Amino acid sequence: MSATTTTGAPRREAPRVRSAEAGRRGRRRKVLGYLPMVLLALFFLFPLVFMFVSSLKPDAQILGDIDSPQAFLPVGDISTDNYVGVFERVPVARFLLNSVLVTVLIVGLGVIVNSMAGFALSRLEWRGRKVLLTVIIATLIVPFETIAIPMVYWVSKLPTIVIEDGLPMYDFGWLNSYHVQIVPFIANAFSIFLFTQYFSTIPKSFDEAARIDGAGWFTIYRKIIVPLSGPAFATVAILTFLPAWNQYLWPLMVVQQEELRPVMVGMQYFFQVNPAWGEVMAYTSLITLPVLVMFLAFQRAFVSSIASSGVKG
Amino acid sequence: MTVPTQQVETHGLPLREARAGARRRRAARGAREGNRSAYWMVAPATVLLVLFLVVPVLLAFGLSFTNARLISPNPPRFVGLDNFVRAFTSDPTFVRSLVNTFVFAAVVVPLQAGLGLVMAILVNQKLKGVTWFRVIFFVPVVTSIVVISILWDFMYQGDGLINSMIDTITFGASQGTDWLGNPDTALGAIIVLSIWQAVGFHMIIWLSGLQTIPEELYEAARMDGANAWQQFKDVTWPGLRSTMVFILVTITIAALGLFVQIDVMTQGGPRDSTTTLVYHAVRKGYREQETGYGAAISLIFFVIVLVVALIQRFLTREKD
Repeated sequence: MSATTTTGAPRREAPRVRSAEAGRRGRRRKVLGYLPMVLLALFFLFPLVFMFVSSLKPDAQILGDIDSPQAFLPVGDISTDNYVGVFERVPVARFLLNSVLVTVLIVGLGVIVNSMAGFALSRLEWRGRKVLLTVIIATLIVPFETIAIPMVYWVSKLPTIVIEDGLPMYDFGWLNSYHVQIVPFIANAFSIFLFTQYFSTIPKSFDEAARIDGAGWFTIYRKIIVPLSGPAFATVAILTFLPAWNQYLWPLMVVQQEELRPVMVGMQYFFQVNPAWGEVMAYTSLITLPVLVMFLAFQRAFVSSIASSGVKG
Repeated sequence: MTVPTQQVETHGLPLREARAGARRRRAARGAREGNRSAYWMVAPATVLLVLFLVVPVLLAFGLSFTNARLISPNPPRFVGLDNFVRAFTSDPTFVRSLVNTFVFAAVVVPLQAGLGLVMAILVNQKLKGVTWFRVIFFVPVVTSIVVISILWDFMYQGDGLINSMIDTITFGASQGTDWLGNPDTALGAIIVLSIWQAVGFHMIIWLSGLQTIPEELYEAARMDGANAWQQFKDVTWPGLRSTMVFILVTITIAALGLFVQIDVMTQGGPRDSTTTLVYHAVRKGYREQETGYGAAISLIFFVIVLVVALIQRFLTREKD
């Protein structure tokens, strides 16, 4: 079953005469090892292959190909017409821009704010440290869905500055803005927790040496701790990037203005009785590809980040 | 940093004491400065967490006892337990949402955890190219659930890809249905795609659990003549206990929060067969602007999540 059934001490001690038979058994075991994985791979890939392939076909052909293996093959009347159509009919460039902006700011500001907090919580001695750390860890249990509704109410009351007739004025309500999509997600208890964990593995003697040289705590953070913590930053960036790009519930509720909407909510353009499926598939392919490319490029980092999120328990 | 002063004090020599005093003063100054720097460094995150986590949690509690509306000229009025009474006695859709949410979780949790474990064991084999299978199984996890929902919505249609594949596999013996349009199959159809999307995540968690089990334990088991099943039962499974608790809890909490698939694919229908707690909270609290009632439903959801988390604490404590 597991890794352990392959080569091991007992096999090496087996008599030589049986090695040919053992080889055949090994081959059979190998096939048995691959077969379920290949079947599962087909199961996980077929919808996405269908999506990408269909995005290149006219609607009539998508429906016509459904009853044959051609549904998964880029054959027939292949073109990028659906993509052109999406760009013509839907402000997809704007949606993509909005999502990139929101995601970059959440991830960028997030790693700064959360790593600074993690630094103070792991390497500095100060009154209230333990209490704050306990409270932050306790908040990990609160799912976003619990606070989403009250938070809409709350942000609709928050003060904001608007420019009216060239003068900055006070107004109330954060709805329909970029900052309502960004600011609530910068600080993240789990990111703080991960940074705190990681920073506390770096020897304290580094700080003391720097202190003797007269370095301030912020310098120590920036010049010593940050450069030593690449893996922690990568993990936090990846773990905050995915939900930021995939945000749906929150922008659905707080952003009605079309030109401020991110890609996932922009898809509502197609929520109608008889959508043009070719264009839908082109749109979904378009917003999935950037993430897939990033994932394939950094798959090792992605997978180990996810694995490290399992330590939370 | 007070550590050095303590070390010096234990020596107790007069000359050293004087130096120690100076050091102590410097250390105290350092500590004060440490205090100040620390407050500056935690301030941004703390302020943001208070504004966008603590306050909303308190509001969830506060608003659920009021008749607050999202847009209303009147200030919220305290209504006691009215919202909760209404949910359980005069809102059949809420009760249906609660039942659906539990059914969904009860099916998804064991299936997803089990399939994830099988996949983890498969990709933990020492075979060439096994990393690629890990990557493939993980692809749906990085794909947006919104994209996946609309894609499966298309595939589930009466004349869609799923029915055509069922037709091919069974040589036409089985007649498909309009999976999402049929109240008997809609929730099941959503269960399948939800597991399809998320199981790769739990495969990775199981895998990292598997890899913490020392190889020597397996070698010892083999010395004693244990077969593959016995090795799994006596070495692998006990070694995965804390991983299992973590996985069961994360799947349960995620399953209880089911929302996007419903919002994109069925809007709770047909005939409330797929409405869920979070979907109902959003429908009432946001779309129908009854913030107070929506907050009450969110709070009920939170209490259920808390209970699950407490069970986790209980299970992991028992081990120690």
